[in-house]
Amino acid sequence: MNDYLYIIIFVNENLFWRDTMLDINKVKERIEMLKKLPSVGSKNVSQILEENGFTRRDFLKWSAAMAAMLSLPTSFTPLIAQAAEVSDRLPVVWLHLAECTGCSESLLRTDAPTIDSLIFNYINLQYHDTIMAAAGWQAEENYEEALEKFKGRYVLCVEGGVPTKDGGEYLTIGPEAETGLHKLKRSAKDAAAIIAVGTCSSFGGIQAAAPNPTGAKGIHKVLNKQVINVPGCPPSAKNIVGTILYVILFGQLPAVDNFNRPKFAYGLRIHDLCERRGHFDAGEFVEEFGDDGAKNGFCLYKQGCKGPYTFNNCSRERFNQHTSWPVQAGHGCIGCSEPDFWDSMAPYEEPLANKKYASPLADATADKYGVTILTVAGVAIAAHAALSAIKNPKE
Amino acid sequence: MAKRVVIDPITRIEGHLRVEVVVDDNNKITNAFSSATLWRGIEVILKGRDPRDAGFMTQRICGVCTYSHYKAGITAVENALGIKPPLNALLTRTLLDYALFFHDHIVHFYQLHALDWVDIISALKADPVKASEEAFKYVPKGYNPIATGADELKEVQKRVAKFAEKGDLGPFKNAYFGHKTMKFTPEQNLIALSHYLKTLEMQRIAAQMMAIFGGKNPHPQSLTVGGVTCIMDLKDPARLGEYLTKFKELADYTNRAYYADIVMAAAAYKNEPSVVQKTNLGNFLTYQTMQTSANSWLFPARGYIKNWDLSKFYEIDESKIEEDVTHSWYKDTGFRHPYNGETDPEYTGFVDGESVDGKGNIVKAKVANEKGKYSWIKSPRYNKEPMEVGPLACIAVNYAYGDSKVRKVVDDFLAQTKLPAEALFTVLGRTAARMLQTKVIADYGLEAFNNLVENLKKDDSTVAPYVIDETKEYKGRFIGDVPRGMLSHWCRIKDGKIENWQAIVPSTWNAGPEDGNGKKGAYEHNLIGMTLADPAKPLEVIRSIHSYDPCIACAVHVMDVKGKKLGEFKVDPLYGAC
Repeated sequence: MNDYLYIIIFVNENLFWRDTMLDINKVKERIEMLKKLPSVGSKNVSQILEENGFTRRDFLKWSAAMAAMLSLPTSFTPLIAQAAEVSDRLPVVWLHLAECTGCSESLLRTDAPTIDSLIFNYINLQYHDTIMAAAGWQAEENYEEALEKFKGRYVLCVEGGVPTKDGGEYLTIGPEAETGLHKLKRSAKDAAAIIAVGTCSSFGGIQAAAPNPTGAKGIHKVLNKQVINVPGCPPSAKNIVGTILYVILFGQLPAVDNFNRPKFAYGLRIHDLCERRGHFDAGEFVEEFGDDGAKNGFCLYKQGCKGPYTFNNCSRERFNQHTSWPVQAGHGCIGCSEPDFWDSMAPYEEPLANKKYASPLADATADKYGVTILTVAGVAIAAHAALSAIKNPKE
Repeated sequence: MAKRVVIDPITRIEGHLRVEVVVDDNNKITNAFSSATLWRGIEVILKGRDPRDAGFMTQRICGVCTYSHYKAGITAVENALGIKPPLNALLTRTLLDYALFFHDHIVHFYQLHALDWVDIISALKADPVKASEEAFKYVPKGYNPIATGADELKEVQKRVAKFAEKGDLGPFKNAYFGHKTMKFTPEQNLIALSHYLKTLEMQRIAAQMMAIFGGKNPHPQSLTVGGVTCIMDLKDPARLGEYLTKFKELADYTNRAYYADIVMAAAAYKNEPSVVQKTNLGNFLTYQTMQTSANSWLFPARGYIKNWDLSKFYEIDESKIEEDVTHSWYKDTGFRHPYNGETDPEYTGFVDGESVDGKGNIVKAKVANEKGKYSWIKSPRYNKEPMEVGPLACIAVNYAYGDSKVRKVVDDFLAQTKLPAEALFTVLGRTAARMLQTKVIADYGLEAFNNLVENLKKDDSTVAPYVIDETKEYKGRFIGDVPRGMLSHWCRIKDGKIENWQAIVPSTWNAGPEDGNGKKGAYEHNLIGMTLADPAKPLEVIRSIHSYDPCIACAVHVMDVKGKKLGEFKVDPLYGAC
């Protein structure tokens, strides 16, 4: 429990990270190093950009947006542009394990259309089984070639948890029926960096919810290399693209919290910047979905909103080019970027303080740890809600 | 001598799928096996949970048809508890469906399926001016093409040429360009390539369209048992305007690009045998979907046709839905209704064998155990017969049912392409039917939006109260068509918690293995008789499988560690399908 308390305090005191990462000279060195690497093709992104009618100005505008997103000072803007220009020297291998493809779909929604779809097209995407033209033997040939040709240089993105029970037999890929577990380990061996895209590859996800019939795990549990977690179900396109870019820019993993999540995206609680926060402070709550409070945009805490316990930038960045986010659409946060949220945040439409039972199937020791502390926090927030003199009819 | 071709992974789909075909000396397919190679066990995870949580968890079955299982999970619980959501909620759910279908179908055709039809390299040889003129030939009456001006096509060509010059095609590496069954002219390839790129932009709009009332996409979050939570967005005229605008953009794109490209494919591919071979399976099953008013649906039919016969419609009898696991990695139980499902995983793996590899050599490989078990997918049957589900089933059955909207859209398409109605029952027809379903939404879907606006003037209720008696037992289900076909979720609630959950998913119907009576599902059965130009590059098989739009995470999640027999199950036919 002490560890967990530490995390909360730790994160709160580091809302804006000020770590060594900000050493601009290191970044410059990194880019110089990348420039010396051979380009995958004969031309780099910069040339391609120009030849395709994308102006330097458009590109810098996008870079500035990314710098803001990554909480970097504006002095980094030109460096981001440069990093993107050399990105084709860093091949990406994207592996699908036990997942629903929601994260790939999220990546497809990436915004600032022309430039982002360009990045999408022009990062050197060597293997991604939802998008690639080749199938079967041809697809596996591409995979083996990428691992060999770009040994030590490729970024490995993994979508999906890894089934580990019974030797991992619940997932096989390829004509040799290689287990997902084996393929993951093989792919990770010579990767320059490993990014777990989504809650499944970060923490196991839905298939790891109690009683976890396939022994699904977050990939860091089976690899002995550092993994950066970009959780969310799915994470926003910005958080995925932002993290990949960060790895390219710094050549190392970004500053992270105790769950290995990049602080630029997961440094704040949803609650901190929530548009309904004023109603929380004023003690104005939706008492039932569809009531007058709902019509007036009151706080969703009593409808189970897990925003106070969830670290993510949804309330700031929203989704689908800022179209909306769950709280705007009148539903509470379900805590989807937190470890084991399927068990620890349930029921999703009840405040944690009201929680009658932990998931009945959950492993007692593993689950209690998280639930207890969350419940303590929940009680504190419920007390705040009660102090504001509005009675929860469910109490 | 018979040879086997293992294709694993089948890419450009959702999930992990392997297909094996056996070919004779003339490379004609004599047998086929479809295996799902991932199992997640979501239904067992649902047990013991709060019924209001079910929709959020079933949603994670699939992130592509991201809304289907959310709505199904929520509706199954409403059906069980007898909760009737207000009309505003039902119509809002339809608006989310429209966004999903637009998104799913255009992304499927252009991003997932197109590379089976379109040769990107050939497009570089096209004359953009000629292509621009040709594009006018394929649009429906009253429309002009989109993104096919000579200037735009030239730009597309330039952009792709530069990319190809780079020397590393990235995701397009090792594709099947130049394959003998690729039939488009360079000009036609260029038109389709331009739309491939344009669709990347359009799909973002479709996703925004869902996020307006859904909160986000993928995995929207504005449904709750009893209704929808997006009351503020519904009461905001600017939000309604945003939705309407995006709907019209997508409808316009459907007619000017998607429809036109399918007409173009029909013209170019009508003599390619692997594409126009008649299906071996002639049964098609669908269930009403997309409620447009208190008592009407955009696709109203609840039933099936047999033997490709468009003149006779049969009403569904839900008690005749069963699943078999003879060739699935579960302990044998015989045929079971989803309420009596008894399933226990029993993985036996693949066996040692040989396959033609990507160079045409015979090499060692793991292959399906034909006589034993070979897939994580079960074999659903209706009255012991395999059924194809999906947009083709929806269109064909609603045609037989006599729905005037579907009849008009189909008849116009057949007239323009000069194809006979039987041409629907082919790979080409299956791909066309997905577009025709999108066109019905584009042309007639706004009725739901207009009815919602009308209703909001006099009624702003969006949620019916959640009432549950924890001492009672409940049973309920959802049935309805989603982008890949007929989906059903079946649940039982006891002590205020989920007691049992079963889902029979579209791709289960189509991709499942042979059943205990030796009858094959649609994927396997319809491949038999097809001839491959080159077994090392089995594009014909890949194209055929893609035409179903496989969603394998959906199909493979079924498990009920210890199923219990249930008593009689009463179905409210009017209610369960919204």
